[in-house]
Amino acid sequence: MIWAGVLIGCLGCYLLKIAGLSLPARLLERPRLQRIASLMPVALLSALIGVQTFANGPHWAFDARIVGLGVAGFAVWRRWPFLVVVFLAAASTALFRLVVA
Amino acid sequence: MTEQPDDPAWPGTRTSIIRDALGVGVATGAYAISFGAIAVAAGLNFAQAMALSLLMFTGGSQFALVGVIAGGGNPLAGAATAILLGSRNALYGLRLAPLLKVRGWRRWGAAQLVIDESTAMSLGRTSERAARLGFYATGLAVFVLWNLGTLAGSLGANALQDPSVFGLDAAASGAFLALLGPRLRGREPWAVAALAALVAVLAVPFVPAGVPVLLAALVAVAVGFTPAPAAKAVSKTPPRVPKDPR
Repeated sequence: MIWAGVLIGCLGCYLLKIAGLSLPARLLERPRLQRIASLMPVALLSALIGVQTFANGPHWAFDARIVGLGVAGFAVWRRWPFLVVVFLAAASTALFRLVVA
Repeated sequence: MTEQPDDPAWPGTRTSIIRDALGVGVATGAYAISFGAIAVAAGLNFAQAMALSLLMFTGGSQFALVGVIAGGGNPLAGAATAILLGSRNALYGLRLAPLLKVRGWRRWGAAQLVIDESTAMSLGRTSERAARLGFYATGLAVFVLWNLGTLAGSLGANALQDPSVFGLDAAASGAFLALLGPRLRGREPWAVAALAALVAVLAVPFVPAGVPVLLAALVAVAVGFTPAPAAKAVSKTPPRVPKDPR
């Protein structure tokens, strides 16, 4: 099942890339399409953050991951490099679990 | 590549474009290490993690698919999220097509390199030659190092008994936040981000895992149908391409 998701996702992403290089450029003149395409990553990334942080399976959860997200938020606000952000999110979560649990 | 009139500054420009491309490649390669580790922590095997980096090759979508699977979601819902997130690459391709002018089988190869980084390093150059070099040098450097990084990260996480001990389950949120940060310029993206997160989190107990994120995509569509803010509607050129690693 994981393979099906992986391969369909790969195919879909590739078709979008080739479509961009092949379709007529006047599609760009449609402001609504551009607007949705630029808002889409914002909505999806934000939703992923929400679900990854506040859900555990089908339940809401409030646990150490919130600490990691807060620390990551600070790091992004300070414009620290990507890897530093990821490392701090993981390390602060692990540390919080170690100390509290 | 077509012959162009000699430009005395070209050798210097070429060197600096290639140097920048390698720098971007190294940065994203390091980032791919975290992707490989997070993918294995989410339950993918080594071959699946590598297939994503070789075939999907667009970081945000790869993280999204892995994130949905990590949350217990259906892999097909993960694929749908990845594809929606990858729709921006089509927009990049529309911008790049007149610069690259690739036809036939070359287009099928060039298409795979259409990602945030190669687009950012190509658009806004002073000549077409520089735009093409920026695209191919960055695209190839990122492709090679991104896959090497994934290799290292997934093998490393495979070697660990329980990757979640190191807080790897929170690492993905950190990665998403780092991707989101540069896009939050102005009031509208903040509002969309807040609404999308709220919709997704509220939906969690009521729909199958993976679906909440897809519901949040509807927020982007709905807001897209409202009139654009008057001040700065959608900019004509170039598209907003975040310059930082993926």
